[in-house]
Amino acid sequence: MSTRDHDNKAARAQMFAKLQRALKDGPAQSARRTHVEGRVADPPNHPLPERVRRSRNELRMQFKAFLEGQSASVLEVAGAGDVPAAIANWLRGHNLPLTVRMGDDAALAELPWSREPALLRENGPAKESDTTGLSHAFAGIAETGTLALTSGPDNPVTLNFVPENHVIVLADADLVGPYEEVWTRLRQRFGKGQMPRTVNFISGPSRTADIGGKLVTGAHGPRRLCVVLVSEPMT
Amino acid sequence: MNSTAHNFKSNARVALGDQQLQSALGNLKGGLVANRTKARAALPEFEALRDVAKDIKNHTIANLDLYLEIYEQNARAAGAVVHFAETAADARDIILKICRDANAKIVTKGKSMVSEEIGLNAHLEAAGGIEVVETDLGEYLVQIRKETPSHIIAPAIHLTQGQVEADFRRLHTHLPKDRVLVEPAQLVNEARGILRQKFMTADVGITGANFLIAETGSSIIVTNEGNGDLTQSLAKTHVVITSIEKLVPTLEDLSTILRLLARSATGQECSTYMTLSTGGRRVNDHDGPPNYHVVILDNGRTDLIGTEFQDVLRCIRCGACMNHCPVYGAIGGHAYGWVYPGPIGSVLTPALIGVKEAGNLPNASTFCGKCADVCPMKIPLPDLMRHWREAEFDLGDLPRGYRTGLAGWAFFARRPRLYHLAAKVGIPLLSLFGRRGRFSSLPFAGGWTRYRDLPAPQGRTFQQLWAERQAGVTR
Ligand code: SF4
Repeated sequence: MSTRDHDNKAARAQMFAKLQRALKDGPAQSARRTHVEGRVADPPNHPLPERVRRSRNELRMQFKAFLEGQSASVLEVAGAGDVPAAIANWLRGHNLPLTVRMGDDAALAELPWSREPALLRENGPAKESDTTGLSHAFAGIAETGTLALTSGPDNPVTLNFVPENHVIVLADADLVGPYEEVWTRLRQRFGKGQMPRTVNFISGPSRTADIGGKLVTGAHGPRRLCVVLVSEPMT
Repeated sequence: MNSTAHNFKSNARVALGDQQLQSALGNLKGGLVANRTKARAALPEFEALRDVAKDIKNHTIANLDLYLEIYEQNARAAGAVVHFAETAADARDIILKICRDANAKIVTKGKSMVSEEIGLNAHLEAAGGIEVVETDLGEYLVQIRKETPSHIIAPAIHLTQGQVEADFRRLHTHLPKDRVLVEPAQLVNEARGILRQKFMTADVGITGANFLIAETGSSIIVTNEGNGDLTQSLAKTHVVITSIEKLVPTLEDLSTILRLLARSATGQECSTYMTLSTGGRRVNDHDGPPNYHVVILDNGRTDLIGTEFQDVLRCIRCGACMNHCPVYGAIGGHAYGWVYPGPIGSVLTPALIGVKEAGNLPNASTFCGKCADVCPMKIPLPDLMRHWREAEFDLGDLPRGYRTGLAGWAFFARRPRLYHLAAKVGIPLLSLFGRRGRFSSLPFAGGWTRYRDLPAPQGRTFQQLWAERQAGVTR
């Protein structure tokens, strides 16, 4: 079998011409353009569920309840200084090696690791042999009990999926109500219309119900997810 | 993918007699259907959001030329290579070329119904000599059986656990014969081990996209297993194959529609993983694919704009319509004969492969209306099926018996006096012959009575009862 060489320019022109023909009964493209470009430049807000407008404390409880309902662990600690011990104890509790793989994240690097000398840290993207990945969340979303992670050298995307265990540190100040607040923060951090290579929303350990409709946790991604929620600001 | 939609009737007959299939389909009600009901109840705003989502999608389709242009511009600016494919064959060729350029020997795949639509795997294997590995567990189960998905979000819903165990023992012969495979978790683990090796060695990873976001030039996948993410972040090249109507304008539009997707599909608050991808690996990144391609397929979709079928372009492929469909629940997805089963398939398949091939599908409905009730995008599926029935009738391809029957009924329906007379004589006759109030077989109605009894009419006609009632009221 041979393949034809695909002329992308011609196909593109064809598809746009066809679309314009299909839309010809509506308003002219020039008339629609201003509205469409304005709508993208300044996205309209849609109604938000009541559950995202609750008190800070209720949002925190909701966030935790959703994650625990998805078989994730949520550890609440007072300050950044408590994070290494919380991670080490969680690993010990699950009989896991005291080693984590992490990226160049500044807030994670500045944690007082010397307080847990037994806990080893390796730097870089995930290797097949890694048992636990450690990431710093960009945000937490109380609406559904979800972590938002942005990829980059600070938090390599493979840490989220390759190791069997994933620990995510979230500063309480980064816990928001709805997804829409994450969009606002992304626009602030990366610029309007700009995105990191991936934004990962994670709401529990990986799962499947593809065999006989029965739910099994630990499909292809992590079998365990641990969220460390830090009350005081981190850096 | 080749179609057997024209064989729908015999496909359905086989499905009804398939014990394993019937047992597997028994899981639908307690699973996906019950979960959706719960999730919907937990979000009081669900109904209001359906209207908002419908408006967003209608607006997008009415401006699809502009949103496609904005998407393309932003995706390119972020480093994506955007390909336009008018037909399935174009899309196959584009992807094969990308794989060849990447010197690909192994390709991993996340779940993508569009890739099924274009028959991608067979093409890459036959024309490219490439090993294509489906990594979504359900897709993997279907692939090793050389079958096709029978559901758009639960591809292996037609299989029982016992069948999976048998397949694994038959195919994974490098593993100890006496291993225990009793629990679903043991089967999942076995597949995990095998697919891990594929993720690690794949040259190209292909995924679909649930949406494309114009504002940012991003694609998004929504999954639970994490296979899509391993597929797209470990290979050097990530190819997204998706279709033109998947566009949404902004991130706000996306989050609004996402509130409906998982709840309608699996009844989850949200799926475990939702991943937005924009461009390829960045300069300072330590991982992620250096190459990121997006292939946008039309394959007949644009032709639906401006027709009575335009509404179907709002579909977000959640599967709720098939989960709730009594016909799907009785025969499963394979009987529909092409990629998209259930009510959405009955509307989409004739549109994409022609009413001549798929004209039987719009008849696979009891017109109970449940599909339209549960469709998060408020697509009037039964109305659209009715349009196809009309189109099929106009084509003049209906079987002789069908036409004669309709013509006979029309003859009486247009002559009320004759209709009354025939009913008056016919109904008591029928009730005389129906044993214990039911017919187990009836001439001309074998299609019905082969699988269930037809209730025999009980004495008087509707017209008579109505007349008595009216008389009673005036008395
Ligand atoms: S037609 Fe509606 S219910 Fe069916 S898959 Fe599409 S969005 Fe879901």
